[in-house]
Amino acid sequence: MSAVLDHPASPQGAEPSITPPQASGTPVFAVTPRAREDGGIGSDLLEVSMGPQHPSTHGVFRMDVVLDGEVVVKLKPVFGYLHRNHEKIAEGTSYLASMPYTDRLDYFCSMTNNWAYALTVERLAGLAVPERAEYLRVILAELTRLQNHASLCGFLLQDMGAMGTPLMYAFREREKIIDLFEAISGARMMCNFMRFGGCRCDAPRGWLQQAARVVDAYPAFLDEFETLLNENEIIMARTQGVGKVSAEQATGASLTGPILRASGVNYDVRKVDRYGIYDRFEFRVPLGDHGDTYDRYMMRVLESRESIRILQQALRDIPEGPIIDPKSKLRGFKPPVGECYGRIEAPKGELGFYLISDGSTNPFRYHVRPPSLINLTILEDMCVGHSVADSVIILGSIDIVLGEVDR
Amino acid sequence: METLEQIKARVEAAIPGAKLKVLTNDSPCAQHSLLLDPAHAVDVARFLRDDPKLRLDYVSNMAGVDWPDAVIKTKIKKRVEKDGQDVDVEETIESLRSGYLEAVYHVYSMALKHGPVILRLRTEDRLDRISVPSLTPVWRGAEFQEREAYDLYGIQFTGHPDLRRILMWDEFTDYPMRKDYVEPDDYEYEPTPHDDVVEKARRHYAPEAKP
Repeated sequence: MSAVLDHPASPQGAEPSITPPQASGTPVFAVTPRAREDGGIGSDLLEVSMGPQHPSTHGVFRMDVVLDGEVVVKLKPVFGYLHRNHEKIAEGTSYLASMPYTDRLDYFCSMTNNWAYALTVERLAGLAVPERAEYLRVILAELTRLQNHASLCGFLLQDMGAMGTPLMYAFREREKIIDLFEAISGARMMCNFMRFGGCRCDAPRGWLQQAARVVDAYPAFLDEFETLLNENEIIMARTQGVGKVSAEQATGASLTGPILRASGVNYDVRKVDRYGIYDRFEFRVPLGDHGDTYDRYMMRVLESRESIRILQQALRDIPEGPIIDPKSKLRGFKPPVGECYGRIEAPKGELGFYLISDGSTNPFRYHVRPPSLINLTILEDMCVGHSVADSVIILGSIDIVLGEVDR
Repeated sequence: METLEQIKARVEAAIPGAKLKVLTNDSPCAQHSLLLDPAHAVDVARFLRDDPKLRLDYVSNMAGVDWPDAVIKTKIKKRVEKDGQDVDVEETIESLRSGYLEAVYHVYSMALKHGPVILRLRTEDRLDRISVPSLTPVWRGAEFQEREAYDLYGIQFTGHPDLRRILMWDEFTDYPMRKDYVEPDDYEYEPTPHDDVVEKARRHYAPEAKP
């Protein structure tokens, strides 16, 4: 038998030219028994690995927690179970071919992923976007925000033990929005709808009217949801004061999105950068007072109400016109040499793309700034001192999607 | 917000010995950047964060970049005397740029709502002098992304509180985002390799190893 067949998966013949730096396989932390200061019997700390198959971790995510009884003493998040090196794949293919791949980052919000990528490439190449496409992008992004926040609230309550009902109510509404996505792009979740310099196709006949109907009916759902849940005693007991984050902590750890604003930091990329045409709409940025899990839940409900306001204005004002710049080139597209960082306010936080072009058809460097990953920086601080059951809902309120965390 | 030249002048006045360089970006978005020297990078970062006019308190994005050895072609115009007349001639000069790894930070201010200021740190080469100071002690938000740059590019961040692999598994030894990374012949062990797996593997063995 040949050497090839003997070692089908052996390392390459060529020795790696780089000297590996120090070994990284160090244990996360050493668990040591503790003695109580008053001389009583000290309890041992217990290291528990939560995940990667735990239903509360929203995917293949693992938390290494050290517990004192039921209280979390230390916590380290462990990632990488869904890692497929999206960035390397994107460097090996053309700019346009990465567009469907961005759908798979945060698979709940493919429209906003598409937009963030398209926006960055447009800035890199200096492309303009027609008016109607800008309006459609805003409409689709805000619809995405609505359905993401609805399902987050459903999942959060599921984590709290409200089995089924709130999640099903949320999914009933989400389904209407997903149907709209299917009508306009052909796919329910993997929409692949934006292009550099516009959108792929125009909305079919009657789509805008149907979208307006869905949007107009949405506040009734939010009212119902809020009446059921906002002042529910169990929800208040489980969430108020749990997982507090101060404004300084939140900024320092680069939190973004609703969980940043729940701590009272007024920073919304839609208002700060005014990308697209967000300067034309009237909307407020809701802010929380306490930075606890309850505020993070309420932030989603309040943001949904503001999204509805944006949607109503956009659906009223959307002009007729072309959907994509006729001069924009899809095949053989080569942006000039340079680099660009573009960011948008995705439902989960600030989603950014960093691209370096060397003038060829493929990006030289393609980097995603994933809000889900960076929002986890502060997970340990949020959870320490709370029980294991609380750490589950704290994680739920951060709103992560592992497709984006691991990329 | 101030221009990068103004920031550079103020930083160099405030921190003795610090050397910054403004790198221009020809792309239409014109996001120029500041190249920091590794010796003073942490001080400069702290200055940028605490300065009341800048207050760059939020590092949004941090990315590693691999620049392999490359031949850089620069065109210069030369005036040459030809047949008694001065003629402009374009000449291409080729120079070898030795490779390095780069850490790029996009820093914004949440308090004053401006940005980005783009900071760059470069290693000396791509093989063994691959360390740059970590900016995580200044901006905690860079923690996971610096770990990612360490994991995928092998940049050693000195002073990082918890520099471990983040996406790849601990036993993994190579750096997959580097431009010269060779992917394994087979991702999953096949008891009887066939077709393209065998073909890929064959390329990595000397010819005499063939039966």
